[in-house]
Order: sequence, then structure tokens, then C-alpha cells
Amino acid sequence: MALDRSDVTNIADLARLAIAEDNIGQYQEELSSILALVEQMNAVNTDGVQPLAHPTDAVQRLRADAVTEENHREKYMANAPAQENGLFLVPKVVE
Amino acid sequence: MALHNLTLTQISKGLEAGDFTSVEITQHFLNRINQFDQGENGINSFITVTQEQALADAKAADERRAAGNATAWTGVPFAHKDIFCTDGTLTTCGSKMLSNFVPPYDATVVENMKREGAVCLGKTNLDEFAMGSSNESSFYGAVKNPWNLETIPGGSSGGSAAAVAARLVPAATGTDTGGSIRQPSALCGLTGLKPTYGRCSRWGMIAYASSLDQAGPMARTAEDAAMMLNVMASFDTKDSTSIDQDVPDYTATLNDDLAGKVIGLPKEFFPESLDGEMKQTMMNAIAEFEKLGCTVKEISLPSTDLAIPAYYVVAPAECSANLSRMDGVRFGYRCNDPKDVEDLYKRSRGEGFGDEVKRRIMIGTYALSTGFYDAYYVKAQQIRRLIKNDFVKAFNEVDFIMGPVTPSPAFKAGEKSGDPVEMYMEDKFTLSCNLAGLPGMSIPAGLINGLPVGLQIMGNYWSEAAMLNAAHKFQQVTDFHQLEPQGI
Repeated sequence: MALDRSDVTNIADLARLAIAEDNIGQYQEELSSILALVEQMNAVNTDGVQPLAHPTDAVQRLRADAVTEENHREKYMANAPAQENGLFLVPKVVE
Repeated sequence: MALHNLTLTQISKGLEAGDFTSVEITQHFLNRINQFDQGENGINSFITVTQEQALADAKAADERRAAGNATAWTGVPFAHKDIFCTDGTLTTCGSKMLSNFVPPYDATVVENMKREGAVCLGKTNLDEFAMGSSNESSFYGAVKNPWNLETIPGGSSGGSAAAVAARLVPAATGTDTGGSIRQPSALCGLTGLKPTYGRCSRWGMIAYASSLDQAGPMARTAEDAAMMLNVMASFDTKDSTSIDQDVPDYTATLNDDLAGKVIGLPKEFFPESLDGEMKQTMMNAIAEFEKLGCTVKEISLPSTDLAIPAYYVVAPAECSANLSRMDGVRFGYRCNDPKDVEDLYKRSRGEGFGDEVKRRIMIGTYALSTGFYDAYYVKAQQIRRLIKNDFVKAFNEVDFIMGPVTPSPAFKAGEKSGDPVEMYMEDKFTLSCNLAGLPGMSIPAGLINGLPVGLQIMGNYWSEAAMLNAAHKFQQVTDFHQLEPQGI
């Protein structure tokens, strides 16, 4: 499927990616050619074929509902780009 | 023999015999990294060299050996692909996004190697977030192939491959989502193995496409790959798709007899369009297996051509979900002066990710968006089933499936970077293994135009020991794996 410029801006918006106005045309072309490649899938009939989610069809394991992680708060916070009083700092969300 | 020409196995034995200490051999490899990896003409296979830590670990390993508690790996140097989280050591995944990320924990594979007392020399370069087949998409610069500095080493584990080929380390870890261990191993003349999905823990391995990602060894011989998989493989409750299956001693069965084994040659891996020299090189290698007592049978894997389209839905879809955690809030790159939260997310991600990563996130976002999910993701998962069924049927009749790893030897840097779809074709022979979750390996099969190419060996689920056995027997009667790049 060939995408138009507004499709590209819409996808970038959904993906929370800022892309420069000047690059939209290039993305439009590249993403359309990737989708054309992908659409070769339509050549085969897959009616009734069970989708494969895990190669060996394993199922999720369950475990006891017990605490297994210790508190590493300071270690984790050390990677925060901005913080105050031990909290992650983001621009104002509620006016 | 110079220390850097020793294999992992020889280094392990040399340490045990007291021929050299871990500190000596660690320093030797660190010197080579300093000499050949850095600067304008350097190979650029390392993003981070952990010199001080490595020497401290080597000293501790020598003490452990003196105390009589050494294992095969104690004091043996190696490197980790910079996709494995290392507690306290920068882990970038080849991205500007993680250019300041110091993980607060070790990946399970890292922990496994540490427990044995192995000595990690540093973190190797890769395509950004493991997305690429040429190692040109790393934020830390392209990696050069030691066989010819103008060509690419393959990707995404291109740094690991180039470092081992240049004998800057005797072995390195890799990860393989669509060919990222096998393709660079082929193009750099190494023995690399992607195990069965679920064999090595994915915990702490930065996720690209979770239903395909798998870690594995990249080394110079099958014997070394076996020694490495012995430690990398484990069942891990922290990875929900890890499989509770005993880890055999992969080195114990390397010399088993191959007589009577059946090799399947899928006609889809030898199309009319396959380069004549590549075909001949593969057939020569397969003839060696016949001499070892194997028989050859033509088979068909009819869904092979659907692997590329299915992969370029599944992998981008999963990456768009996995990479949503990079938002400039809790870790990683953050843009300057965001005006609101939306702007913070968008500009941090827009500036932090490179072009190929953005393309794949967008394809994945599109494929998963309302109204398209069934047509893309579900359809691709159905095709995975068809691909798996082809293999299940084939493995009722054969023990191994063999063919080329790549259509051609390493190409020139810049040759394919302008056209994503052309670059994707590089993986046409490796993707189906990942989609089916099967183990696959690349072993050196000779040179074309002076550059190495690999023979791919695929096996049934959990047949890593048999594959390593086959590869080892092959390497006992051939010397392709001993060929070395000149000038390094």
C-alpha cells in the first residue's frame, strides 16, 4: 500500500517520533516500498492457519505471588535524565 | 604460537597448564585492541573497552585458579555485544538514545559468564538496536571487516565478528533476530551459532523483536562455540519464554560419528539466481560431509520466500512496542527544553533514534494500528506457522538442512545503505530459522574473491549438540576456519 504524506505524519505521531518536514517525502517513499515488500504475504492463502506466537508453543509459566526483587531505587534513579526529591521530572502535565 | 592465535579451548588449556596467566593473556589482547581497533584506520569493533575491570577480573581469576576453584572459563578473555546489560558498565545498543545508560543489573548471559570467572574485555559495536545487516547504522560509527577494510563485517553483531576475526578477542557473544550471528560470522569467517529460541535467557538483553531474539556464541571453531554455549545457555525464570530443558555438555559429543546422517538441501536455498561460485563453494563443503559418511537429499521448504515479508512485519511490530520504553523520562537520551510532555517524547525519540530504527518503529506502528492488525501481524504469524510446518516435515526425513548463509561475500561499505529493501534481501537465507525458532549456525566454507563465506547448518529444535558435532567433524578435515585476514 502506498502511503501519502498525511499517513506518514499520522504514523510518526502515533509512534511519538518527531520527524522533520523535509524528511517526510523520503519516509513516504521508503515506508511504501517496505509495505510493498510485506504485501507479498497476500499471495498465499492462510485461511484457518493457527497464528504462531511461540515457536515451540510454550505457555506462560506461573510463579508464586511473592516479592523477588529488592529495592534498588537509588541505583535506578541514577539513570534519570531529570529528577527532584527522588521523583522523575517531566514538563507540567496538568495546568 | 602468538597468544592471539590460540583458540578459546587452547587458552583454557594453557591457563590450566600454567603456560601463561590470565593477566598476561588479558593484557596481550588489550594491547591488540589498542593497536588495531582505534583511530581512523581502526576496525572500530568496540564501543567500550573495560581495560581496568578486565585486568582486575584477570587477577581475581588467577587467584581463583591458584586456590583450585577454576573452571574451563576462569581467566579466559572474551567480549560481549553491547546489547547485553552489564551492571555499572555503559550499555548503548549502538544508539545515541542509550549513550548515557549504565544498567543497574547484569543480563543473565553476563551473569553466567561472570560466575565462571571469564574476563570480559569490553562491549562490541553493533547496528543500532540490532537493526541492520552491515553494521553501518551504529551511532558509534561503522565497523570495518578485517578481511578488507573497505567492506562491511555484516550485522548486527558486526563488532563481535570483526573483533574475533582480527583476533582482538578469542570469542564474543552475539544475538540473532534475523541472522545477526550467522551473517556476520559468515562474512568474517567465524563459527557462529543461533540456538533454539528459549535456549539462552533474554533477560537483560535489550529487546528488539522478543519472539525472535536469541543469544549465541561467535568463535573461531565449533569446539570453541560449544565451550561458550555450555555457559551461555541456561533456564531462567526471569525470561518468560526461556525453556526448562537440561543444558548438555556440548563439548562431550563433538567427535561423535556422522555416518548415516542425512543432509537436506532445500531447492529454495539454491535458486537459479544463486551466484555460481557460491553454489560451487557450498557443494564442495557438502561433499566433505559426504566423505564423513553423510548422505544428501534434495528437499523443499516451499514457504521460504515468505520469510522476508513476514519478518518485516513481526520484527518491526515487536520493536515498535519494545522501544516505546525509550521516552526520555526514566533513562536514556532526553531532548533539550521540552515545552510539554508530548514534545519531550517526540523530540527525545526523534533525536535519539537513527533512521533505520525510526523506519522500523513506523512500519511496526502502522502494522499494529487499528484496522491493520489482522492484515499484517496476524497474517505474518500465520505465515510463521507455515514456515515452521515446512521444517517439521523436512526434519522427519533429514538430520540437518544446509545451504548458504548469504547470497554473496561481504559487500562494500555504502553499497546498500541507500536502499532499505535491498539491504533486507541480505537476510533471505537466515530469517526462516528465526521465524520457526530453530537453531542455525554458520561455519567457514572457503573464500570467494578473497573474502570468507559461510555454510549454514540448520537443525531440529534442541539439536545444538548434533550441529556442533557436525561442524567440528567438518573442521577436523578442512582448514577454512583457520584462514586469517592478512595484515592484522
